[in-house]
Amino acid sequence: MIGAFNIDWQTLADATALGAIYALMAVGIGLVFGVLRLVNFAYGQLIMAGAFALAVASERNWPLWAAIVLCFVVVLTLSMLLNRLVFRPLRGQSPAVMLVATFAVAFLLQNVALLKFGALGKIATSLTFLNRPVDIGGVEIRKITIVAIVVAAVSLAALHLLLERTTIGLHMRAASMDFDTARLLGVRADRVIGVAVLLSGVLAAIVAVMLTVQTPLVTSDFALHDTIIVLAGVVLGGMNRPIPATLGGFAIGFASGLLGGALPTTQSQYLPTFLFAAVILVLLVRPGGLFDRTASAERV
Amino acid sequence: MERALVVEDLDVRYGPVHAVRGLSLEARPGEIVGLIGANGAGKSSTLHAIMGLAPASGGTIRLGSNSLRGLRPEDVARAGVALVPEGRRVFAELTVDENLKLGQALRRQRNGTDDVLARVRSLFPVLDEFSGRQAGLLSGGQQQQLAIARALVAEPDVLLLDEPSLGLAPTMVDVVFDALTSIRERGLAILLVEQRAQRTVALADRSYVLATGSVRLELSPHQAADTDALIAAYFS
Repeated sequence: MIGAFNIDWQTLADATALGAIYALMAVGIGLVFGVLRLVNFAYGQLIMAGAFALAVASERNWPLWAAIVLCFVVVLTLSMLLNRLVFRPLRGQSPAVMLVATFAVAFLLQNVALLKFGALGKIATSLTFLNRPVDIGGVEIRKITIVAIVVAAVSLAALHLLLERTTIGLHMRAASMDFDTARLLGVRADRVIGVAVLLSGVLAAIVAVMLTVQTPLVTSDFALHDTIIVLAGVVLGGMNRPIPATLGGFAIGFASGLLGGALPTTQSQYLPTFLFAAVILVLLVRPGGLFDRTASAERV
Repeated sequence: MERALVVEDLDVRYGPVHAVRGLSLEARPGEIVGLIGANGAGKSSTLHAIMGLAPASGGTIRLGSNSLRGLRPEDVARAGVALVPEGRRVFAELTVDENLKLGQALRRQRNGTDDVLARVRSLFPVLDEFSGRQAGLLSGGQQQQLAIARALVAEPDVLLLDEPSLGLAPTMVDVVFDALTSIRERGLAILLVEQRAQRTVALADRSYVLATGSVRLELSPHQAADTDALIAAYFS
């Protein structure tokens, strides 16, 4: 039996923050899927690498800014290597081949982390001060909750502007709708894909910073669980458009936060069961995703 | 230097299928060259090979003195060849202006952008009228005009068209064919793949009849009225 639900303002705020972080991950996965038709299962391991960078920096007592810079450098370098060594050579292969390849990369990175940092992992402490609460209208809310929501909103707004207002953004949107036609117009495939992978990496680095506040203990399976939930969220929202992907990521993060808060601690192991049951139900009713618009049919 | 599109001895194979066999043709500036023939004769494969969408397994493809063979589609486009693909392939969720901007952003020279847009809009006034509308909401004929306009704003030397009249209402076919005449007057070389054989032969400076991947017959405009009879006689 499930005990009494107890949803309070704090739970709502935490659920919103988790939704915001998952929305960033969903967009990161969706950006690459848009231009490559590739589900990057190794996305969580990019975040994990960023989290280890933060942990190593805090272990060496680096200043906060240096730790964050290191996190970005590590995640972006890995992203570009992944693009150069895996995505580019496999471009045009079947989605199954590319998916399996990213599985391989995911396990590779995870095991490299296991070898290098051990099963116990490391602790990233430089940002834990954000776990302290502030009092807003009588409700105690952790600083990270506010920071996560603000950072996610700013990042998504910036990304939206980039996609809607710049030439490279227009090229990326065109490429995610019809890559062949975009290339016929002279859109450079390598450039568009490179930028998408890079932006996706920036989002992974931001997420790494946020998640280490919530979970300072960084192990080789860091962010793995979150990635699986976000992948479900991306499918839920609709894969290849940034806004539905964002909404899907947010929805599943919010639901997950809410359920996590509502379920009594003794029942919390059932959380994924509820979450994925909900995803299955939604997809049975709306196979195209929750936010799919099937308006623009082809005309003659 | 004259920037003519020259194809010599082109071979295209898709696995065991020999789609184009030793095809040669030339389209000079200010010329419309028609490519007609039954489905599967190799018309589209020829265009795809020129654009780098299908690998040419033999022969040469040149624009002026530059070889295009083996280039990626985006590099063929940047070299000055534009394809208006079959089925129009406009970006349905982007606005008319955004579709045009996609062609325009890849122009080799940035100056004179407004002139080019103005010329294209005078050629297809409907695009000016619906500039902010989603391309997917346009009629088929309007989408075809947009697809041609999008190719033109890149200021190509050569325009390839793959069945531009397919599925269009007769009045829209007139609009498209009239536009091709104006585009020819500006000095572009046009290679036109079409099902409407007679109209194509009448419009084009030269038309090639393709069968099983090679040129079988060349027709000139004065033979337009007898197109069907000539083709039938040749293949009987």
